[in-house]
Amino acid sequence: MPSVPHTKLYRLLILGGMIIWISFFACNKDPEITNNGLVPVPGNNISFQIPEGWPQPIYQFQNNPLTQKGFELGRKLFYDPRLSRDNTISCGSCHQPFSAFAHLGHPVSHGINNLLGTRNSTPIFNLNWHASFFWDGGVNHIENQPIVPIQNPVEMDEKLENIITKLTDDADYRKRFSDAFGDEAITTQHIFRALAQFMGTMVSANSKYDKYMRNEPGNNMTASEMNGLQIFRTHCAGCHAEPLFTDFSFRNNGLTPTTVNDSGRAHITLKSEDLYTFKVPSLRNLKYTPPYMHDGRLNTLEEVLDHYASGINTNMPNLDPRLTNGILLTPQERTDLIAFLNTLNDETFIQDARFHQP
Amino acid sequence: MRLRAILFLGIVIVTAASCRKKDPPASDATGQVTFNFANYAGDEPLVLNNSEYINANGDTFTVSGYGYYISNISLLTNDGGSFAEPESYHLVTEAADTSKSFSINDIPAGVYTAVKFLIGVDEARNTSGAQTGALDPMHSMFWDWNTGYIMAKLEGHSPQSTGPANFIGFHLGGFSGPESVLREVTLTFPEPVLISAGKKPVIHIKSNLLEWFGPPNIVDFSEINIIMGPGLTSSKIADNYAAMFTISHIHK
Repeated sequence: MPSVPHTKLYRLLILGGMIIWISFFACNKDPEITNNGLVPVPGNNISFQIPEGWPQPIYQFQNNPLTQKGFELGRKLFYDPRLSRDNTISCGSCHQPFSAFAHLGHPVSHGINNLLGTRNSTPIFNLNWHASFFWDGGVNHIENQPIVPIQNPVEMDEKLENIITKLTDDADYRKRFSDAFGDEAITTQHIFRALAQFMGTMVSANSKYDKYMRNEPGNNMTASEMNGLQIFRTHCAGCHAEPLFTDFSFRNNGLTPTTVNDSGRAHITLKSEDLYTFKVPSLRNLKYTPPYMHDGRLNTLEEVLDHYASGINTNMPNLDPRLTNGILLTPQERTDLIAFLNTLNDETFIQDARFHQP
Repeated sequence: MRLRAILFLGIVIVTAASCRKKDPPASDATGQVTFNFANYAGDEPLVLNNSEYINANGDTFTVSGYGYYISNISLLTNDGGSFAEPESYHLVTEAADTSKSFSINDIPAGVYTAVKFLIGVDEARNTSGAQTGALDPMHSMFWDWNTGYIMAKLEGHSPQSTGPANFIGFHLGGFSGPESVLREVTLTFPEPVLISAGKKPVIHIKSNLLEWFGPPNIVDFSEINIIMGPGLTSSKIADNYAAMFTISHIHK
């Protein structure tokens, strides 16, 4: 048997190494997300990273590995009015980038034929940490969220089978679905997973407060803001827990029901103890998302603080015990608290072109 | 060059082989079984819209739509073993004949004595996001606003119903807690069924929709006529329909 020359042996070793290397990657599971971890998507600008000091997100793109193509498809769908019955309303119609993906200036939004809903459009950021969606928490998974506005008669009022037909007629969409999911045949599952890739990637964690917490440059909090942080931790953090600024619970904050008589969480659970409770919203990005509350009844942060000081309806069933006596602040404390709340605005998130309509 | 080609082929083979899931070997050691569902009202085959039926309360009604999920099918052997169908989700609807019959392949050959399944979709698939196939929300068996599958659905009309235009609509769902409508059913075969390469047995299962309305829990259409969310009433009706399946016969 002829001896193998050194160069050949060398090549053999490289090739053997390649076999092991390729075999390893071919079987690699979805990338694990760890603390401060990253889901890297090679050759592109999309990633999902858990901000330093944050808890593990609930949605980690399980069964839906994040890819550049999937993200871009989700973005195209998000801004496509063909998801509505008469092709006029897109997700982005009521979830605008400059409003942290809420609907600026709209207590409730207008959908198809200018029909009005009954609840304030919620902003979109940090969704992967949410165990439930909507003000009543009726939806239990980020991938199941978009069906609601699509099928709601006053929002997009479209049937899923019509969307499949419209998208399938479009060669660009067929190619995009094929690129993202390896299948040109468009399914609702792939539509919802693409949207989850787009929306789940929207992380807002770059406010002045975040930089302060991470001790990064730009973290020079003023004395007023620091005082506001202490006031926040004393009076607000019981529900609006850091770092997401919500504990994701459902609570009654003493808003007198309007003629709509929205029962809130009880609409889902049918339990009297959930009557008129709503999901605690995050306090991040408030600058971009007025008006406030589940029905958008309060226009400014001053009005919100007025409500907590003197507007709470103490006759409400299930009023949160923390609010029985209201939240009374001195004028200086109010000024400082609002100064602090303004450190939660994340301009980099608002400006992030990856999330804008290309 | 030849060495390099062989090695390259080696890479491809190793790569391909290293990812292959362990498929059961398709051989004489496996067989197929077909399930055939027939929907009845009492002893009469269900006829949509035009036939009148009477529930246990004495209310007259017609049926315009009827369907249910069958999931997590297991075949039980005479020696305590079992075979669980992978990805076992089937939607049976009266209006779609093709939905009433389906086959399960690659079942290890053996003697089977019973079938076990869930009426409805298990909790896991109600809580893990977008699904496809039988579980696609396009099938109108899914609540969007309060996430969850409609496990079983019966719609029609009854003169006793106080609903709009005498409508009756029972959309039964709820996958967790005491109000869950999920019910496990075990049907023992009249005699053991041999599954092997040469045999293609067909198991005919009958559903009797009159069971929905009791006994034990009698449904009075003047009081209960439209249910479109989880709750205790749904759970009680599920207790009723848990007994609606029987094996009518088996073609060996």
